[in-house]
Amino acid sequence: MALYSEKVMDHFRNPRNVGSIEDADGIGEVGNAKCGDIMKIYLKIDDDTVTDAKFETFGCGSAIASSSMATELIKGKPISEVMQLTNKAVTEALDGLPAYKLHCSVLAEEAIQAALKDYEERKKKSKS
Amino acid sequence: MGEELSLNHNKMIYADNAATTKMSAKAIQAMLPYMETIWGNPSSLYAVGQRAAEALQSARERMAACLGATAAEIYFTSGGSEADNQAIISAAKNGERKGKKHIISTAFEHHAVLHTLKKLEKEGFETELLDVHENGVLLPSQVADAIREDTCLVTIMYANNEIGSVQPIAEIGEICRAKGVPFHTDAVQAAGHLPIDVAAQNIDMLSLSAHKFHGPKGIGMLYARKGIPLTNVIEGGAQERGKRGGTENVPAIMGMATALEDACSHLKENTEKVTRLRNRLIEGLSKIPHSILNGDPENRLPGNVNFCFEGIEGESLLLLLDDKGICASSGSACTSGSLDPSHVLLAIGRPHEIAHGSLRLSLCEENTEEEVEYILQSVPEVVEYLRSISPLWKDKVIGKREFLLPE
Repeated sequence: MALYSEKVMDHFRNPRNVGSIEDADGIGEVGNAKCGDIMKIYLKIDDDTVTDAKFETFGCGSAIASSSMATELIKGKPISEVMQLTNKAVTEALDGLPAYKLHCSVLAEEAIQAALKDYEERKKKSKS
Repeated sequence: MGEELSLNHNKMIYADNAATTKMSAKAIQAMLPYMETIWGNPSSLYAVGQRAAEALQSARERMAACLGATAAEIYFTSGGSEADNQAIISAAKNGERKGKKHIISTAFEHHAVLHTLKKLEKEGFETELLDVHENGVLLPSQVADAIREDTCLVTIMYANNEIGSVQPIAEIGEICRAKGVPFHTDAVQAAGHLPIDVAAQNIDMLSLSAHKFHGPKGIGMLYARKGIPLTNVIEGGAQERGKRGGTENVPAIMGMATALEDACSHLKENTEKVTRLRNRLIEGLSKIPHSILNGDPENRLPGNVNFCFEGIEGESLLLLLDDKGICASSGSACTSGSLDPSHVLLAIGRPHEIAHGSLRLSLCEENTEEEVEYILQSVPEVVEYLRSISPLWKDKVIGKREFLLPE
């Protein structure tokens, strides 16, 4: 049995939504260099909907695949739904991850939460 | 050339010979008679058993001859790990009987050594791990300075499995012999690749493993100089002069003896060829900006190349190289299934972040110049791609974070 599912390898080899968004409405970065993975998610939000999502990732195959899948799962979704995204949903969409790689999917969830938080804070600031 | 190779999925470039090697046709041929016709138990009295016993004895003599030892000093084991375990435990038990419980080693030994030492620490032994410096080479004087009245063992690897640095074994052997301290060396990466003479180098115990020199897996050997009492790790019958129970794996032993003889008789030309390929790889990979060679540039195993590339992670590097047909390895945490990167890279002072981006290529005499050129074309492509999607790399480029490796 291969280490990763076909789905993981597909998203690793052909990652969706790689890159950055110049005028992003929310940016979330989690992880650290010492641990060997950093994930950065950029969100474009219009009318409480994620209209675009991009990512940059320093990390292993499953970290790159998790970022790719997570951005796919949230694109076009209302914020209320994006907030509910769990690492479990990312893992399932990838047809599973090895147990010791589950933290990669957790990072993806956290990066999205961080980007949403950044969006909320920016919104508050612009109002005040 | 490169494109053709990358499209041809049947073509595999194997550059992970430090992990294991492909068995040689000679070694396979040497094993077959001991599965097909002379399959008896060497402990049995009848002819098919005794013929196996004779073969075993001849293998012991041939192995001994390759290492400057005598046949009575060779003990067959299941591999390098078992040999390391038995050598260290034996020296510890011998020392304990004399009230000596201090062991000297290094921080970048194989885990077969380090984990055995950890176990002994729980039994009250004190282990001292010597610094191996940034180039991964120990100074003999460090050993001389560390030896105490109660030192019962010095165990230092012949050559490092990850970064390939070769230790001053003869000098360490001389110091240990003069001070009457048993000296063990884990020669798993060195046997068949570097000249070894246990007598001339004053080595008291030495471990090796057949599958690192085109022999079969699951077989290895412990050399223990005459007069060094061994403690059993595997209890059982009277095999290996009572020091290692279990029916001998005669086919594997025959394959190992043939493979070692073959490697030792072609040592000079193989070393020349592989060293040339290695130097070409090192020269080419050094051109990648913000990269660094791990291990001493000269004093290293003929086939070992090990680099760190800043801003990327090793596992994704390996997966993409695999897609290009290149088999290599890395010391990143993700490839080991643990949270920390390679203890070897940390021991030579590489920061965690840098150690995560390591690549080991280990060559053998079957690799070709074309393969090396293909690797030199592929690695920079993959590194550049992974850097292009790495937020860590981007931060360094825009000056938000500092580069740790020079351009």
